[in-house]
Amino acid sequence: MTRLPLRPLARILDARAKGENPDVIERENLRLRHENERDRLRAQAEGRLLVLAVFFLCGFAMIGLRMGHLANSEPAEPRAATTTAKILAARADIVDRKGRILATNLTTHSLYAQPPLMIDKARAAAELVKIFPDLDEERLLKDFNGARKFLWIKRRISPEQQQAVHDIGDPGLLYGPREMRLYPNGRLAAHVLGGAGFGREGVRSAEVVGRAGVEREFDAALRDPGRAREPLQLSIDLTVQAAVERVLAGGMRLMNAKGAAAVLMDAKTGEIVSLVSLPDFDPNEPPSNGARGDAAPQFNRAVQGVYELGSTFKVFAAAQAIEEGLVSPGTWIETEGPMKWGRHRIRDFRDHGPALTVEDIIVKSSNIGTARMALMLGAERQQVFLERLGFRSPTRLEMPEAQAARPLWPGKWSEIVSMTVGYGHGLSASATHLAAAYGTIVNGGRKVEPTLLVRDSFAQGEAVISERTSKIMRKMMREVVVRGTASFGEVPGYAVGGKTGTADKPDPRGGYYDDKVIATFASFFPADEPEYVLVVTLDEPEETSGKEPRRTAGWTAVPVAAEIIRRAAPLLGLAPEIEDGAAVGVTLAAN
Amino acid sequence: MRAFFYVTSLLAVMGLAIWAYRENYRTQEAIREVEATSAEIASLRETLNVLKAEWSYLNRPERLRELADMNFDRLGLLPLRPDHFGRIDQVSFPPPDRLPITRAWDVVGEKPAEETE
Repeated sequence: MTRLPLRPLARILDARAKGENPDVIERENLRLRHENERDRLRAQAEGRLLVLAVFFLCGFAMIGLRMGHLANSEPAEPRAATTTAKILAARADIVDRKGRILATNLTTHSLYAQPPLMIDKARAAAELVKIFPDLDEERLLKDFNGARKFLWIKRRISPEQQQAVHDIGDPGLLYGPREMRLYPNGRLAAHVLGGAGFGREGVRSAEVVGRAGVEREFDAALRDPGRAREPLQLSIDLTVQAAVERVLAGGMRLMNAKGAAAVLMDAKTGEIVSLVSLPDFDPNEPPSNGARGDAAPQFNRAVQGVYELGSTFKVFAAAQAIEEGLVSPGTWIETEGPMKWGRHRIRDFRDHGPALTVEDIIVKSSNIGTARMALMLGAERQQVFLERLGFRSPTRLEMPEAQAARPLWPGKWSEIVSMTVGYGHGLSASATHLAAAYGTIVNGGRKVEPTLLVRDSFAQGEAVISERTSKIMRKMMREVVVRGTASFGEVPGYAVGGKTGTADKPDPRGGYYDDKVIATFASFFPADEPEYVLVVTLDEPEETSGKEPRRTAGWTAVPVAAEIIRRAAPLLGLAPEIEDGAAVGVTLAAN
Repeated sequence: MRAFFYVTSLLAVMGLAIWAYRENYRTQEAIREVEATSAEIASLRETLNVLKAEWSYLNRPERLRELADMNFDRLGLLPLRPDHFGRIDQVSFPPPDRLPITRAWDVVGEKPAEETE
């Protein structure tokens, strides 16, 4: 830019010649220069502002676009790393003691409808009813045409059904994935497992919640996603459980019983190898809660049912009396009947003469003899002993049903109560309680806590009776099978010992039924070194092969228990004791 | 000198930027790969689960019992009973194996010299 002089000489001279003030020219030029300068600066500033405006516009536009994008997209966390293996929202499996599956999961689909998306509602309804005959066409159509925007049609459908629904081709019929609990063995161990159902439900997934049994007890652990890969191992043995269930079901039918229960337990560790309650149910299709109480198939007779267990309790009175040094197996005790105590009379099933030894009282199951032993012990000591055997509190078996099953402990422990409890009346407990107490008596006197979990290591329980008393009791109970009330319990090769118990069922209107009993056989084998305890209970059995129906445990529960031992013991890996030279040839057989 | 310093730092910045850019994309790629693999693992696990469930369904004791009953003629399977156990000394020794040579052969050779003392 050329800089113009403020006082151009030509004009100054010109002005001087005319007599004008030359300063005016200078001022005029200065003004023009300032104006020029101002215009230039303004243009520059405007240009800058424009550039700035463009920048701001770009900035705002970008922020705006980003905000719009964020608002309209699924939120995702920015990350520099990926999570390790995607965790399936799965419930952990349940396996038996040898790792065979008892409960697992299967992915299926649920079917739902969104009526606003549907095209031909009438046809869809008609086709759906063809696939699912239990649906009601009119109701479906009413729901489709109603105001609802969403409705469940089926909670669980099979892949074939899903394909069939696909073939209808209606865009308003949609599927959500569903995790389903599957019990591949059907009814096997149904009461132990309990069953599962859906909890909170969404379109994408549903919570699987344990309803009963171990599924409920370990619900939190089974649902823990961190532990989904490690299965819950139970102490149940699938093969043994199947064999016991089959034999017991056959026995129940043969003895015309209303229900039956069996508990097979390791005598030392308390691990329950088999726990059966009949009638049973299919946990895949749990029956609706129509029947209540002990009539319902879900009712676990082995765990929930507390019954008076009858003469099986005599063993406890005898064991305590021997432990306290009051009697020895050979001590004679008066059994002259009927025994009068106040206004009560105690009778025996048949008359045993004036006196019996303690051993014979157990072998022949004398109520009077046991009542006398209970009197010798006194109420206080008897209570302490039964409490130590676990009859005062629910068992700690890992099932909600077991923890709710509290034995019925007599309120006031008078002498007559002491006597009746001695032979098993007046105190009700479950078959599991009985199995635990028998385990304690025969395993050398160490307290047994029944459990459904495999115990890798276990601490020996407190000593309830001495090893010596335990040995005497084992021999006594072996005699019961050899020459006493449980003679049908003999299984060649396995020295079975045990005690029968036949208790009249209490009538809810008061008193006892004459013709309804609970027959129990509590047994253990092999007798000299007991490994397993088996308790079999039949509810209202009646053996009708004779002239009169026979209901005593010796005729009903004992043969069933013997058959269970015959079938289960080889499966448990117990080799029978073979007498020398009994068998000559060996046939090839495999398990 | 100053110009050289500016140019080298500019080049260094550009180089680092290119490196970071490429690393970023490689990381993204690796993440995608890991995700695809873990999705595959999940689906394989699911398949495995289904197969396990099917296996235990096919091996349920009830079905095996029925199959054993149906095929009794061919297999003769019975429940294991106590009298199926035997002792080891009840099993007779198997007869000694015969020599693998069953017919006569002409043998050509020298008769070994009798040992002398």
